[in-house]
Amino acid sequence: MPSTKFKGRAWVILDEQGEIIDDIDTDMIFHNSYLAITEIEKMGQYTFDNLEGYKDFAQKAKPGDLVFVGANFGSGSSRQQAVGCFRSLGVSCIVANSYGAIYKRNAINSGFPILTIKDINFTDPNEPGMIKSGDELEIDLEKATIHRDGLQVGTLEPFSKVQKDIYMAGDIFEYAKEL
Amino acid sequence: MGQTMIEKIIGAHTSESVHPGKTVWMEIDVRSARDFGGANVVKNFQTHYPGEIVDDVKKTFFTFDCVVPANTIPYASNQQTCRDFAKDQGIKLYDVDAGIGSHVDIEEGLALPGGVIVGTDSHLNIMGAVGAFGQGMGDQDIAFAFKAGKTWFEVPPTMKVTIKGDLPENCTAKDLTLEVVRVLGSKGALGRAVEFYGDAIDKLSLPGRITLASMATEMGAITGLLPPNQEVIDYCTQRADGRSVRPYYADEDANYVKELTIDISELTPRIASPPKPDNVSPVSDLANQTIDGVFIGSCTNGSYKDISEVAKFVKGKKVFPGVMAKVVPATREIYGKLLGEGHIQTLYDSGFIVSNPGCGGCASGQIGMTGKGEVQVSTSNRNFTGKQGAGDTYLASPMTAAASAILGRIGTASEVV
Ligand code: SF4
Repeated sequence: MPSTKFKGRAWVILDEQGEIIDDIDTDMIFHNSYLAITEIEKMGQYTFDNLEGYKDFAQKAKPGDLVFVGANFGSGSSRQQAVGCFRSLGVSCIVANSYGAIYKRNAINSGFPILTIKDINFTDPNEPGMIKSGDELEIDLEKATIHRDGLQVGTLEPFSKVQKDIYMAGDIFEYAKEL
Repeated sequence: MGQTMIEKIIGAHTSESVHPGKTVWMEIDVRSARDFGGANVVKNFQTHYPGEIVDDVKKTFFTFDCVVPANTIPYASNQQTCRDFAKDQGIKLYDVDAGIGSHVDIEEGLALPGGVIVGTDSHLNIMGAVGAFGQGMGDQDIAFAFKAGKTWFEVPPTMKVTIKGDLPENCTAKDLTLEVVRVLGSKGALGRAVEFYGDAIDKLSLPGRITLASMATEMGAITGLLPPNQEVIDYCTQRADGRSVRPYYADEDANYVKELTIDISELTPRIASPPKPDNVSPVSDLANQTIDGVFIGSCTNGSYKDISEVAKFVKGKKVFPGVMAKVVPATREIYGKLLGEGHIQTLYDSGFIVSNPGCGGCASGQIGMTGKGEVQVSTSNRNFTGKQGAGDTYLASPMTAAASAILGRIGTASEVV
């Protein structure tokens, strides 16, 4: 049974001005020069290697990490590797303001948890609940919450029914067997 | 409550009730894979359905268009993987000579108004040009669709864009499209379907509709739909091989999340500077920019109309010395027609390179890429860093690209004497 609770270290993907990055496209996540790769184990090493400021992400990421990004994450092409590379590194889940449409489907179908959050504080240290890279966080998929040190710091949009069903089954192929 | 076009099309392909935000299971009329994602579709299919056959071979296709014929061994091997699988399963395969899959789908009458078409091409929403719902998907998704014949889909909210005014004489469908991309921006239609209305839309010919629909992707949209006019219905009926053509139109009281009007009566030719398609300005703003090459083609602007108009325009004129001017028709049918009408001879005489049909310069295809520092005017849909090479790509209409080829710098057709 896939886990519905994650505990791990946060990565907040910010630009040089300290703002959360929007529109990270599939070429920044997994560049088209590596498209011939089809084995999931080999994908991880190239994650974000075309994203300014995060070219060393793959070396530094640890299994269980949680990745926070801005709006329209994964826009661009239909490549599955842009989801597979995070699985390959053992990243537990991605939390974004929104996703590119094809990326969203690819993640859901492969049973990789992507979560959506509307309001979250990444930049204002004067407000409570600011999330920054390195924070140890707990995410509860059922309750759709993010906690730090027992305090709630964010509310996620709940999984849709299809997303939940596919996630619990493992992937779309497993899920389809139950249909 | 009335329904929008996308709601009606999805509604015709599911037994469930349809409203925005709801996820439904939807029957799929055409499931296709192209040469690149195709090999992964096959691999996924064979892993998850060993020894099994696809749901319906008559609705399943391969279309090769990315790199045709293959110019690297990995591409060639991927194509061969697809050929072997297609032969095994009895699936029709449009091989390296056929041209761009989305255009082949329309020409061959596979994509009809009101239909649902999915494939591994992220610009399949081009089908909005004929009032059909096309959707690019990943390779697991398509492997699943090959087997199940249906898939889940979240019904998107719809946005209505009305184009006000007539398209000025010196502008084309691409200038209109770039203007819409400029106004909406790359996230302006994120997660939504867009419907286009207005006199200028009614009058758009099928190739112009293809141009606009193809760039819905660059507006962040799930799809952009144009209500089919008589020209579209007649064209599709001719190619439907006896099947009935049933367009869907929005109800009068359909519900839109947002309505927007864009006035084009004063429009001038437009160009998108690298690296973003919504980085749009008048062509005249960039008149000092010298260029090294142009690429006329792609699913956005590789139609017979696009290329024959360029040929008529450049007749008797010469490409500027040192400029590489590349023309790639979208399909074999278009190529044949250009050949028959003498347009390829004209392009040749003017100094253009004309290649066999396909995606060509758009995705490291058969006509090559740009090198670092190289400046190219392209009629395709994306100017992201790296997509068409290491150089700088500007997006413009075929007429602007042709004029720039002759001038040796960015410029409009009216500047060419
Ligand atoms: S021409 Fe370019 S955008 Fe269109 S289908 Fe081919 S690669 Fe994709």
